[in-house]
Amino acid sequence: MQAFEYASPSSVKEAVGLLSSSWGETDVLAGGTDLLSLLKERLHTPKRVVSLRNVSGLNGVSATQIGATATIDALTKSKGMPAALVQAAEGITSPQMRVMGTVGGELLQRPRCWYFRNGYGLLAKDSSGKALVPGGENQYHAILGNKGPAYFVSASSLAPALIALDATVTVVGPDGEEEISAEKLFRTPAGDNERENALKPNQILIAIKIPGGAVKSATYEVRQRQLMDWPLVGASVALKMNGGTVESARIVLGHVAPTPWRSSEAERALTGKSISEETAMAAAKAAVAGATPLSRNKHKVQLASVAVKRAILRAAG
Amino acid sequence: MSSKKTTEEPPQTRQSNGFSRRTFIQGVGVGTGTAGALLTTEAEAAPAGGVVGPGPVPMTLKINGKSRSLEAEPRVTLLDALRNRLDMTGAKKVCDRATCGACTVIVDGQPVYSCTMLAIEAQGREIRTIESMSPNDPVPRNFVKHDAQQCGFCTPGFVMACQSFLENNPNPSQADVEAGLSGNICRCGTYVGLRMAALDAAKEVKGARRG
Repeated sequence: MQAFEYASPSSVKEAVGLLSSSWGETDVLAGGTDLLSLLKERLHTPKRVVSLRNVSGLNGVSATQIGATATIDALTKSKGMPAALVQAAEGITSPQMRVMGTVGGELLQRPRCWYFRNGYGLLAKDSSGKALVPGGENQYHAILGNKGPAYFVSASSLAPALIALDATVTVVGPDGEEEISAEKLFRTPAGDNERENALKPNQILIAIKIPGGAVKSATYEVRQRQLMDWPLVGASVALKMNGGTVESARIVLGHVAPTPWRSSEAERALTGKSISEETAMAAAKAAVAGATPLSRNKHKVQLASVAVKRAILRAAG
Repeated sequence: MSSKKTTEEPPQTRQSNGFSRRTFIQGVGVGTGTAGALLTTEAEAAPAGGVVGPGPVPMTLKINGKSRSLEAEPRVTLLDALRNRLDMTGAKKVCDRATCGACTVIVDGQPVYSCTMLAIEAQGREIRTIESMSPNDPVPRNFVKHDAQQCGFCTPGFVMACQSFLENNPNPSQADVEAGLSGNICRCGTYVGLRMAALDAAKEVKGARRG
């Protein structure tokens, strides 16, 4: 780890004031479960780390609003949370990580792509600028939205659930507060200087808001190991029902693309239908119909399809 | 890629010399502590926002009920502070990336990877390490009884994870134990013994339904 200045402001405004307007100069510290690894690998070498530890009022949890520094553990233990979100949170690696890791940090964790984590940059290029992923070790990489230059997958497990639930996030920067849909928080970087989310270097994510309303929701993730592992793929589903018929559906896949991947194809396939093995299967096939797997990750297409089907059936109960 | 330095220990500690490795590190620690004293005034005159460092900063940690003072840079993890500054070497440094559990300590009643918490952030919190446990406590005693270790390197972390798990879940099922201890890895594969130790220890910790 490179030495850094440590700041522990007591308000969001003060924290924002301590952040630089350029990437790389400063980092925000919440639970530290991702940031400390990034610092140790020298993937992030900030001059200053701004801790949110002493900023009060950021860790509340209710069914409609979650503070950014609420822990994953607090989220799983909170009453009245939508099922899709709790199921996604319960799947997050280990008890220690759930106790330490925060909801805001989970959303903003950097990609797990092993090229990125080994210093080849977010877009994983060699010294001549050639992309390493398409012909490389891409078994965990994107199967959708992977026409380049980004091939990594979005690392967040909570994001697909929050997008399915039509959540918004509140971010604060020097120009004040801003509400962004959870879906718009994520984006595919077009160049080396861009990030995988819409936050500016001096903005802080402070809260997540979940609209009320009766939806049936669920998350289903597929893992190599059942415990202490990131999902290979995941799917979160939120269904608005009218009697036995799906009035509207939001279906979001995780770990398949550089952003959480909302599948309008699957949503269309399910709308107006009643839920059965057959309709769930049809939506699951539609979700991956446009998949373009890389050389070593064809298996993820089938896994993603299964995750969508099982999430739909799980939501329907 | 440039070569990476992933440890806070100075490179000199790797060379063979007449000192024990630990004594040598402690010597180096005293050296940085002295240098740190020069910077204390800077730390005391901290500007708004509580900005300190990057040099050594005085801090106080509450460990096993006792206040311990030290000077360390803000980048020093709780694990490195325990092992290299406070001579509490029970918690082990294995992966140093929050993926193995060997460094697990209990902070405010919850299991925490001490490699992934900055020492400066652990101030004001109740830290419990393996040094607070007695061999006669239910968890260590049942680890011995069920032979829940082989090389023993994961054991301090496992014991603390198990202790914290049982305090928070007094009457666990076997499935609960498997999920509750899933943040720790034993490369010797003594999981059968670990499960039995946890289940037996569960009968003895506070809040358990006996029998």
